[in-house]
Amino acid sequence: MKNSQPSVANYFTRDRSWHPKAYAPGYKSSVLRSPTRALVAFGNTLSETSGPAFGHDIIGPLDNDMILNFAQSGQSAIGERIMVQGRVLDERGQPVPGVLLEFWQANAGGRYRHKKDGYLAPLDPNFGGCGRTISGDDGAYAFRTVRPGPYPWPNGPNDWRPAHIHFSVFGHGFAQRLITQMYFQGDPLIPICPIVRTINDPKAIEQLTARLDMNASAPMDALAYRFDVILRGSRSTLFENRLEGN
Amino acid sequence: MTKSTDIPLYPFKESPSQTAGPYVHIGLTPNFCGISGVYDADLGTAMVNDKTKGERITLQGRVIDGAGNPLTDALVEIWQADADGRYPDGAEPGFSGWGRAPADAKTGMFRFDTIKPGRVSYPDGRMQAPHINIWIVARGINLGLNSRIYFEDEAEANAGDPVLLRMDLQERAGSLIAKGSGCSYSHDIHLQGPQETVFFDI
Repeated sequence: MKNSQPSVANYFTRDRSWHPKAYAPGYKSSVLRSPTRALVAFGNTLSETSGPAFGHDIIGPLDNDMILNFAQSGQSAIGERIMVQGRVLDERGQPVPGVLLEFWQANAGGRYRHKKDGYLAPLDPNFGGCGRTISGDDGAYAFRTVRPGPYPWPNGPNDWRPAHIHFSVFGHGFAQRLITQMYFQGDPLIPICPIVRTINDPKAIEQLTARLDMNASAPMDALAYRFDVILRGSRSTLFENRLEGN
Repeated sequence: MTKSTDIPLYPFKESPSQTAGPYVHIGLTPNFCGISGVYDADLGTAMVNDKTKGERITLQGRVIDGAGNPLTDALVEIWQADADGRYPDGAEPGFSGWGRAPADAKTGMFRFDTIKPGRVSYPDGRMQAPHINIWIVARGINLGLNSRIYFEDEAEANAGDPVLLRMDLQERAGSLIAKGSGCSYSHDIHLQGPQETVFFDI
């Protein structure tokens, strides 16, 4: 880690009607894990507007390639090969450069490499399921993986997760810290998933749905999906020589 | 034709959060859950080194649900100032300020080896008491929870802290204060119940 990331001014107030509510009984795990008291609000201090910074020195050459980063030499993960690319922007539309993005997902059969995942789909010996990268100066990021499979989970008697990739994103201030999930355009499981349905606004669900991007695909190799991540905006003045904010 | 007044000032909304799910450890602490060979080490495990200035402390705790059970799938991150009250922007390079810890698979315990943070000013110029910012994610938590950890043995500083002094959390301020003194502190996060931790809308 390097310690040079500048602090920013206060962040826009988080729109909590756009985010899922803590208590969402259709998603049963939230019932005992949701705070019941009102959140206490206060204006940002340095504790919220500063945040950890990560240098490219932490990133290995295969970190953004989940097809190869766990595979034995000469082998690769099994499944529909895809590239996921997009930009990290803030609510003003400004790129958010230099932020660490981390991803994790099930394999093509819908099984996670975790000892608690008992789904009958097989583990892929060449697929670990985690990757990471750092956004570029224009906020752009990209990684390669296999499309994860959908899988059943013990919520209701017959609940299935749509194919999804988990995203963890830092931003420049600790108040921008975000974990979300990316879904795939056209997946019929999206509208009936209890976790997706913790979000009320269909436009917000659409925002988490990656679009097929044929022009970015690699012919005879991999399809591409486009997925932009939007972090909270900040009130910092926009300087022409520092379009990314400060 | 689009009129200039139709162009929104703030064209985007923050990506809505989704739960980190039961397997956040796969993504964020893969070595901890047995996925080795991808990264050399999990990020956020080493906050200090031999040269870091400041008083070494350990901070341990659990995240506890509404039935009183510790979460064994949680992941917590902390962010704090250095011993002089500076956040790593401008702080000494020996201290990252940021730590990440998985809950233990059996006990739910998380642990950080760090330093006691110095005092940081509040926007109005008052000094905040030493504190650590904490962020909690897990299955069933739809949007990461923000809280703070203050220290029991900083009673004088705590008494003047602008956040702890807020009227709307007076009766609950104790939920933000870690127990212990010297070099060892413990702090449980209660998601619900009579001891529910104060969470912040920052």
